[in-house]
Amino acid sequence: MSSTVAGASSQPGVASAPPRLVVKDLGVTYAGSRGQVQALDDLNLTIGEGEFVAVLGPSGCGKSTLLKIVSGLLAPSSGEVTLNGKVVRGPQSEVGIVFQQPTLLPWKTVLDNVLVPIRVLGKSPAHYHDKAMGLLELTGLTDFASHYPNELSGGMQQRVGIARGLINDPQLLLMDEPFSALDAMTRERMAAELQTIWLEARKAVLFITHSIQEAVLLADRIIVLSDRPGHVVEVLDVDLERPRLSDVVTSPRFTELYAHLRAFFRVDGKLR
Amino acid sequence: MSERLKNWLSPSLTFVALLLVWQGVTTSGSVPDYLIPPPSRVGAAMWTVYTTGTILPHLAATATEMILGFTAGSIAALIAACIVAEFREVERCVYPFIVALQSVPKVALAPLLIVWFGFGIASKVVLVGLICFFPVFVNAMTGLQAARPELVDLYRAFSATRWRIFWDVKLPSAAGAIFAGLQVGLVLALLGAVVGEFVAAQEGLGSLIQASSLNFDVPVMFVCIVTLAALGATASAIVRALHRRIVFWEGPRAASATTTKQNGHA
Repeated sequence: MSSTVAGASSQPGVASAPPRLVVKDLGVTYAGSRGQVQALDDLNLTIGEGEFVAVLGPSGCGKSTLLKIVSGLLAPSSGEVTLNGKVVRGPQSEVGIVFQQPTLLPWKTVLDNVLVPIRVLGKSPAHYHDKAMGLLELTGLTDFASHYPNELSGGMQQRVGIARGLINDPQLLLMDEPFSALDAMTRERMAAELQTIWLEARKAVLFITHSIQEAVLLADRIIVLSDRPGHVVEVLDVDLERPRLSDVVTSPRFTELYAHLRAFFRVDGKLR
Repeated sequence: MSERLKNWLSPSLTFVALLLVWQGVTTSGSVPDYLIPPPSRVGAAMWTVYTTGTILPHLAATATEMILGFTAGSIAALIAACIVAEFREVERCVYPFIVALQSVPKVALAPLLIVWFGFGIASKVVLVGLICFFPVFVNAMTGLQAARPELVDLYRAFSATRWRIFWDVKLPSAAGAIFAGLQVGLVLALLGAVVGEFVAAQEGLGSLIQASSLNFDVPVMFVCIVTLAALGATASAIVRALHRRIVFWEGPRAASATTTKQNGHA
């Protein structure tokens, strides 16, 4: 099992700034149709200011449950989540969320979709117009501000989702397998674009994925979850230099990290 | 020849061909013309009833019953669907009864409604309203509950009020399904009005058909049927145009697919 895995397991290098997010001894159990189901077990993780953390795990290991708890939509059964030093006890507006599917409102223009969080929070959309346009520029969508989502490709729609996630200057950006609905080529390009956007915006990111390559390419730190019930079996710092361009994929260090993670999945026989 | 012209010309030619066959068969004497009058006599009858205006009060009565009943039934259905879809407890209490009532053939209530509301327009409006209620209600409820959970989660993550989620996410998500229900309701509305008039009425195309049947005036019966078809087609075209305009984000293909799928609820 996990404890026997040798390798570059290391504790996160604790930064001087206080952590944005602390997840402590988190456990989730819910009533399924066949009795109690344990989704997460004794999970710990910390994300510092401006840090990009990827949670890597097989399907059904409770990754999405983790995201719902961090965003305050679901209450944990045990343990607690602290965001900016405050315990999360319900929905709070300090996070931005990017979903698996673009999840846009098809009856609103791209610009209005980006402004949805502002409107829901009761702030003035006019006041945020320039910021929204800036985010659309960052995501390469300036020319599409007045288009409707169904006029955009899947990759473009997902970029609108990212811009929407950043509009209210969140303390933490939660991304739930944001590229899993895209085809392989778009997916690779989107990962590179996300890195550019992140280098610009420097937000703390919790990035949930089941793609080893995506995790190594994007993250400062990778947290590997086991099969259900999900618990941390590995914490891996990614020491590749940024920006990580497309040729980094063929570099020896990338290959090494990739092989390490992959071998790790093979041991438990649960690669997605 | 352009595609557009072809699309328009092909059905027109088919129509003319059908009229010619109809005329040929009826004038050849193989079918007695008091059973199936030739199109020329139907045309003549149509000219007479419209120029003398004898059909107009009947047309007005049927159209009024249909429009009033459809509007009242649809509004009631929309309000009920919103309440039932939004409040789990209300759904638990009333949904079984609504399903049970849905399987009652509403036209069977026509004689009872005549007893309650009289021979005039009121009994037909109530009948039409009842008939329209169910397809609109079921479609609206299905649509409201089919809003994407991620969208609702997004709004909830920003502490949106229930009213805001309903207004911003659920209602627009349901718009396509609601229009599919209105489309079905409209067809049934015309049916309800005519059946109501068959049972008992002083005016209306349904009562005119019945009176003409007793007088053996087959051409006027044909005229009434053609008028009803035109009335239904016009109303349907108006609702379709509104559908396209209001639910602009769903393509015409998607809209027609929903309509066909939801027809089962009628």
